[in-house]
Amino acid sequence: MSIKGKAYIVGAYEHPTRKAPDKSVAQLHAECAVGALKDAGLTKDDIDGYICAGDAPGMGPINMIDYMNLTKIRFMDSTDVGGSSYLLHVAHAAQAIALGRASVVLITLAGRPRSEGQATGTAPRAGNPLVPDTQFEQQYAAVTGNGYAMVAARHMYEYGTTSEQLAWIKVAASHHAQYNEHAMLRDVVTVEDVVNSPMVATPLHRLDCCVISDGGGALIVTSPEIAKSLKRPLVKVIGAGESPKGQLGGMVDLTYSGAVRSGAAAWAESGVKPSDIKYASIYDSFTITVLMQLEDLGFCARGQGGKFVSDGNLISGVGKLPFNTDGGGLCNNHPANRGGITKVIEAVRQLRGEAHPKVQVPNCDIALAHGTGGMLGTRHGSATLIMERE
Amino acid sequence: MARKMFPSVPSAENAAFWAAAEAGTLMVPKCKSCGKSHWYPRALCPHCFSDDIELIPSKGTGTIYSWSHMPRAPEPFTIAYVTLAEGVTVLTNLVDCDPTTLKIGQSVKLAWQKVEGGPQVWVYTPA
Repeated sequence: MSIKGKAYIVGAYEHPTRKAPDKSVAQLHAECAVGALKDAGLTKDDIDGYICAGDAPGMGPINMIDYMNLTKIRFMDSTDVGGSSYLLHVAHAAQAIALGRASVVLITLAGRPRSEGQATGTAPRAGNPLVPDTQFEQQYAAVTGNGYAMVAARHMYEYGTTSEQLAWIKVAASHHAQYNEHAMLRDVVTVEDVVNSPMVATPLHRLDCCVISDGGGALIVTSPEIAKSLKRPLVKVIGAGESPKGQLGGMVDLTYSGAVRSGAAAWAESGVKPSDIKYASIYDSFTITVLMQLEDLGFCARGQGGKFVSDGNLISGVGKLPFNTDGGGLCNNHPANRGGITKVIEAVRQLRGEAHPKVQVPNCDIALAHGTGGMLGTRHGSATLIMERE
Repeated sequence: MARKMFPSVPSAENAAFWAAAEAGTLMVPKCKSCGKSHWYPRALCPHCFSDDIELIPSKGTGTIYSWSHMPRAPEPFTIAYVTLAEGVTVLTNLVDCDPTTLKIGQSVKLAWQKVEGGPQVWVYTPA
């Protein structure tokens, strides 16, 4: 049993806001749902499945289902693995559809970290004492920034990766963001700009870090029959994988992520290989996140990520692997501090031929989207999704 | 000098570990069934699920597995993963050190830092 070809993404909507002090989080979720339904050409009463993650206010999916008054729901899920959630939500939706447990599944994400003034990546926060690792860790102020920075430091130590190589990832994202009217950061930057920006957590600079933005997105996944009855280009799910990665009982290894396993599963299910991928959405909370996932997914050999991303190899129209053509989390948007749904949305745009003309990949028939949610290296979810234009 | 830390809230599950910490001994859990050490401390061995765990006093030495310094924090500090002589890698802070000279692989030794409102915690300093 496989989900290959059993489900299509027919609705994809990214909220244009990047700062929404006058909106509630629930409202943003619902506005994204409306946008995705309109994009698909479906209505509220067509929805019989709903999935959200921890950014949705309330008890799992229940309060948002009630807010939107979705009365036909027969499948629901609220698996929360941080920013990677929405990629595996597409797979879970496809599974439900393949089993006949749902026919039109809505997935939403939204949040307002910017309006709420969160210094997300740098400010130490007290942890939940019920989480078993908190008592052994929170005193050391493991924030997102220095957690990812230790992964980068180890990669540099093991493989000779440089700050300049990491900077190329931001440079590529900025080249794409200049064409996105909604992107938070639209200025094209250079490697020098990145390595000369303030040091946040050695060896990561400010421009190695993603933006903090309000916003959201929504997706609609449906059956082949319904997808073919709509007027949108057909984007078929052909493979998916999900995997956690932990601390292995104290045998910490920061040199790889769960993408090793989630990627392998997605490659196997889809039957395609890295060289078949015309466009890749790669989670970019930090530049190091991209580099490690590219290695883990097999786009290059382990330790070769620095060389792979250099010299514009990720820039659409320039390099071999165009990535994050919306500007990604590094430049465009990281709504709710979770970039997973925007990864799928831009991949859908590329497969439909609806990306900005300056970044649209010609004949984009197979695309990959991948997410990491949580702490890269030590505690995260990984989810990989491979899609094909039919 | 010392950065203000959030106090740990010891769980009942790890009362013996924290009592030893308060007395100045860092304990590393070791499973009597499979023979492997683990981190962080817990009642069930994460390698084999045995509940036959003993606490072994750490030798107090280790090497830096990775580290990061946050120079722009209100109180700049250095976080690290340190691989202990016992084989487990623990999250910690590096203190009393010059962050411009730290190296992965460098030897470090155990020290204790008092925390207002909670038990003292293990930190490391260049050996």
